[in-house]
Amino acid sequence: MNNHLPISISSAFEELRKNNKKALMPYLTAGYPDAKTFILLLKEIIKAGADMVEIGIPFSDPLADGKTIQSSSQIALQNGTNIDEIFRQLGELEDRYKVPLIIMSYYNPVLQYGISKFLKKSKTAGGFGLLIPDMIPDEGIAIENKCRTSGVDLIYLLAPTSSALRRKLILKRSQGFIYLVSVAGVTGARKSLPGKLNRWITQIKKESCLPVCVGFGISDLTQAKSVARVADGVIIGSAIIDIIKKSSGSQEAVSNVGRFIGKIRKGMDNVKS
Amino acid sequence: MEQPNKLGYFGDYGGRFVPETLMAALLELEEGYKDALRDPEFKSELKRLLSTYVGRPTPLYFAKSLTMKYKGAQIYLKREDLAHTGAHKINNCIGQGLLARRMNKKRIVAETGAGQHGVAVATIASLFNQSCVIYMGIEDMKRQAPNVARMNLLGAEVVPVDSGSKTLKDATNEAIRDWVTNVETTHYIIGSTVGPHPYPKLVRDFQAVIGRETKIQIKKQINRLPDQIIACVGGGSNSLGMFYPFIKDKSVKLTGVESSGNGLNTHLHAATLTKGKPGVLHGSFSYLLQDKFGQVKTSHSIAAGLDYPGVGPEHSFLKDQSRVNYVSVTDKEALSAFIELTETEGIIPALESSFALAYAKKIASKLPKKYILVVNLSGRGDKDLANDEVASLINKRLEARQKKGRE
Repeated sequence: MNNHLPISISSAFEELRKNNKKALMPYLTAGYPDAKTFILLLKEIIKAGADMVEIGIPFSDPLADGKTIQSSSQIALQNGTNIDEIFRQLGELEDRYKVPLIIMSYYNPVLQYGISKFLKKSKTAGGFGLLIPDMIPDEGIAIENKCRTSGVDLIYLLAPTSSALRRKLILKRSQGFIYLVSVAGVTGARKSLPGKLNRWITQIKKESCLPVCVGFGISDLTQAKSVARVADGVIIGSAIIDIIKKSSGSQEAVSNVGRFIGKIRKGMDNVKS
Repeated sequence: MEQPNKLGYFGDYGGRFVPETLMAALLELEEGYKDALRDPEFKSELKRLLSTYVGRPTPLYFAKSLTMKYKGAQIYLKREDLAHTGAHKINNCIGQGLLARRMNKKRIVAETGAGQHGVAVATIASLFNQSCVIYMGIEDMKRQAPNVARMNLLGAEVVPVDSGSKTLKDATNEAIRDWVTNVETTHYIIGSTVGPHPYPKLVRDFQAVIGRETKIQIKKQINRLPDQIIACVGGGSNSLGMFYPFIKDKSVKLTGVESSGNGLNTHLHAATLTKGKPGVLHGSFSYLLQDKFGQVKTSHSIAAGLDYPGVGPEHSFLKDQSRVNYVSVTDKEALSAFIELTETEGIIPALESSFALAYAKKIASKLPKKYILVVNLSGRGDKDLANDEVASLINKRLEARQKKGRE
């Protein structure tokens, strides 16, 4: 694979399927714990084997996030992080086209920045996917069309509470992949995942033409392996932010996160589906 | 055209910008509400409780002394302060509590700013035997301490919120997070005409009893409609409840009063419609105090119930339509109106309502004597006596009186 050519989300999944691998998708809050360390962390997790990385644009009112990501967002905002700065940093990254980035932002920052301008800058910076936790297909027609024109995938979330009708709507309208929310609730590491989760993932996979990735609550190797057995990808967020928070200093955070991702990578690759 | 439309839009404003997890509950609520409206038993139960439990209709009172003091327009007060629990908030809570019971949700969550909504929610939860969790910013818990004690006494769990601004905005975030987590067993009683569809409509409909009564009462008392109605606007439920039945009566001027805190040219205000720009907060598209990157700004008002950087979508619509005129008054002006109503009429108003009174004071003297002004007195002020600024004002006046007595 040529490391300097942009790859789309679909070609990344294609590649994974060929190699019989499942996608590992870690999450970082942009600007956390500070602008410089954020980039070091991003490079490190790509090196440690991430297939895609979800980058969270910090928002003042992240109502779908639990305490961990809330506080990382608050710190990032206090550090002066803003969209211009994030796209500038990502754009300067040499590794940026190695893996597709998924930009996670609440709707208001995207709206105020200007949707088309946001998508253009996102794409240039390697952000091939856009995930908006407070956007549902019912409100998404305009932004979906702009995403299609810009070549950025708009990824919708599917929840355990979604009815059959809504499931159909989301499976039809989501681009790139389906983001399956493992539990009703906010983001955050959980000790255990719902018992019925894997049966549900299997069901959705049968109905979906797109890859199905699972996020919310996945915090350790056992959970990642269990989900990877049936899903196409595993998203890990709060667990990583927790590791950064508990580390003393930038260097330690980078090496601890790298080790964690490396371990998950290895464990997931040994999973037989 | 009927507002909102099917998707919950008032013109360009409103909608549903929420995590997918909540959609099932929002659709269930929308259906549940439609269903309830077709059920004569629901309507008669609501009517019975509003009359025998809440004490409706609340009086429309001609404030003769205040009118004489301001030497101009005749001032009438719609006495929502006399409703059970001391503010208009109970109207919405009775309605939503009954809905929750119909939908078999036994757990209630809510946010509160001034604590009036929290008290009303805790009250109906006690009445309907529902368990109840109230989220309240730690900043508000301090300035509205008496209401925290009331909620505790009523059996509600009051959860302190110390994230972000530590006031109403962040309490709302926390209530929504709780709801997302417990959505299958829990109903969220939002306290104002904000949030995702169907809440802005639902809350407006339950509050519209204020305006409907006012219309009947003023006709009975003076045999005509008022010239102008004034109400304070935070999220906008007391004002919309008052305005809504008058929207089509074009001769009635409608004025919404926001809090300009320390002044419109400072960073410390809550004048969302005056100074904000449309954006998305708490599930709907409406005017919002925000920076150029779409980060929500912290608002400021001495009145906790007005201390909110957003506003209900229907207000944004009414502003753009120019049907309602939105103005603002400062904390200082509101405080002096607070004192003046207390001293002239023997009515201690809520600080929130004092903003509407302050605007009435501003214009009354310039208006002719036959001009009829109705001010919505949305709540009573007992809760505000713990507020530092109010307490020091009371002390100053007491000292002045003692000094005068000695002389």
